Amino acid sequence: MFASCLLAVCQSVAALASPVDPAPAPQIAYARVIDAAPLPPASAPTHRAHQPVSTDASSLAGDGVRLGKVDLFDGGKLLLTNGVATVEGSSGGGIARWATIAGRQVPGGIGASAHATAIELPDFGWRSYGVAVGFGDRLELSLARIDFDTRDAGALLGIGEGYTINLDTFGAKLRVAGDVVYGEPWLPQIAIGIEHKRSRDGALMRALGAADAEGTDVTISATKLLLSRSLLVNTTLRYTAANELGLLGFGSANDGYKLQFEGSLGYQLSRRALIGAEYRSKPDNLGLGEDDWLDIFAAYALTDRLTLTAAYVELGSIATFSDQRGGFVSAQVAF
Amino acid sequence: MLLTTTAAAALMLLQQAPAESTDWDAEFGVEVKERDAVTGELPVDPYTQSNANAGAKPYDGAVLAADFGGREGIARIAARTVDLSEADPRIADIFAANDMVRLKRTLGEQFCYLLGAGCEYTGRDMKTAHAEMGVTKADLNALVENLQIAMREAGVPFAAQNRLLSKLAPASKDIIER
Repeated sequence: MFASCLLAVCQSVAALASPVDPAPAPQIAYARVIDAAPLPPASAPTHRAHQPVSTDASSLAGDGVRLGKVDLFDGGKLLLTNGVATVEGSSGGGIARWATIAGRQVPGGIGASAHATAIELPDFGWRSYGVAVGFGDRLELSLARIDFDTRDAGALLGIGEGYTINLDTFGAKLRVAGDVVYGEPWLPQIAIGIEHKRSRDGALMRALGAADAEGTDVTISATKLLLSRSLLVNTTLRYTAANELGLLGFGSANDGYKLQFEGSLGYQLSRRALIGAEYRSKPDNLGLGEDDWLDIFAAYALTDRLTLTAAYVELGSIATFSDQRGGFVSAQVAF
Repeated sequence: MLLTTTAAAALMLLQQAPAESTDWDAEFGVEVKERDAVTGELPVDPYTQSNANAGAKPYDGAVLAADFGGREGIARIAARTVDLSEADPRIADIFAANDMVRLKRTLGEQFCYLLGAGCEYTGRDMKTAHAEMGVTKADLNALVENLQIAMREAGVPFAAQNRLLSKLAPASKDIIER
């Protein structure tokens, strides 16, 4: 009752205040009063308040999109602290998974990244590509596909020349503690995660002797940039049954899940450049002489969003074809 | 009821506009801080001065400080970092709302102390100095980038840049509030 009466009073004031205009615009009285009032002289404390609002001085004017209280693709992460995509689609260093979260978002934001990777080996061609979404500094969901071209080896293996093995990886990673850059140097960023992998060549996998065409890796990773030495250190433990990451299926009649190790050591040359080496141990469930993997990599953030990675990889024996060493190139775009 | 509302409405209509010369700061009890005539800094609440407020132990030896151009170089880098941040739309508002004269001095002292260039840090500890600023991780990242720009402009080798950052990084827990 009281409020509605006040409103009525206001309306009557409005009616009084704009009587002369022949075609009265639907305008509220106090708007005109403010228009007419001269700006008070700008004293030091109020000076900024009287400045016109600059379009880019507002937190709303980042280069992202806002969805409610969430910043989409707004960026804000320090360069390279989102890592580069691994061949399995997770944020990491190329072949080893890191505890980093994909995308350039900071807490409260959502970011994403996409990547494409090619590895040229003496007997095989590797193409992988995928996307990842990062939620704050907390959760990463990723999806990747590996297309493994057996080329001439396919004929020798009896699966047909140029037969391409396809593997899908669905990944999730949760940061549980620490920060890769900030905080105490002894507390790394720690993340736990899974990678569920499905071979699209199930019959072939079983013919090769694998127990399964799909499997789920469980990982725990710790990653830290030791600023005082400019060193990036990562270790990951992976509980897995995957043969050649799952390209040759999962487990065998006699062997299943085992604990494996991934390690990375990088040296930060500049904000944009990181060089280093990685090691990844792998099981030999199929008895084909599967080897551990090594790489020496250089990652460069060409722009804030685009990161290129080149590496020399030593993948050992794959499906009895030994000495598979070659070049790895990868491009990642992140938002 | 009708009487009350009519009276209220009448009172509203009869209200006089406040005088042009009203001192609103006085009306609302806003304290206006005066800048110190000598230093140009605004006063802060009393606190205990100690090098421990810098948040980390300093490096030994003069090699690292030399990479930063000694005391003068360090002061220039600190001032440049503040200038860059004041002009940085991502974090300008936080800086504009605070005493930049004082910040340039205390930040320079902090860097100088941590780098072992022989200064005393006279500023507040990191938690008090950043209290109620509502600094986010994105803000801190922006400041780090500006510091990196300032150090790069001054020709500080990257490894030395990181050594300074390594002394500052642990304080993030006291700085980031949300």
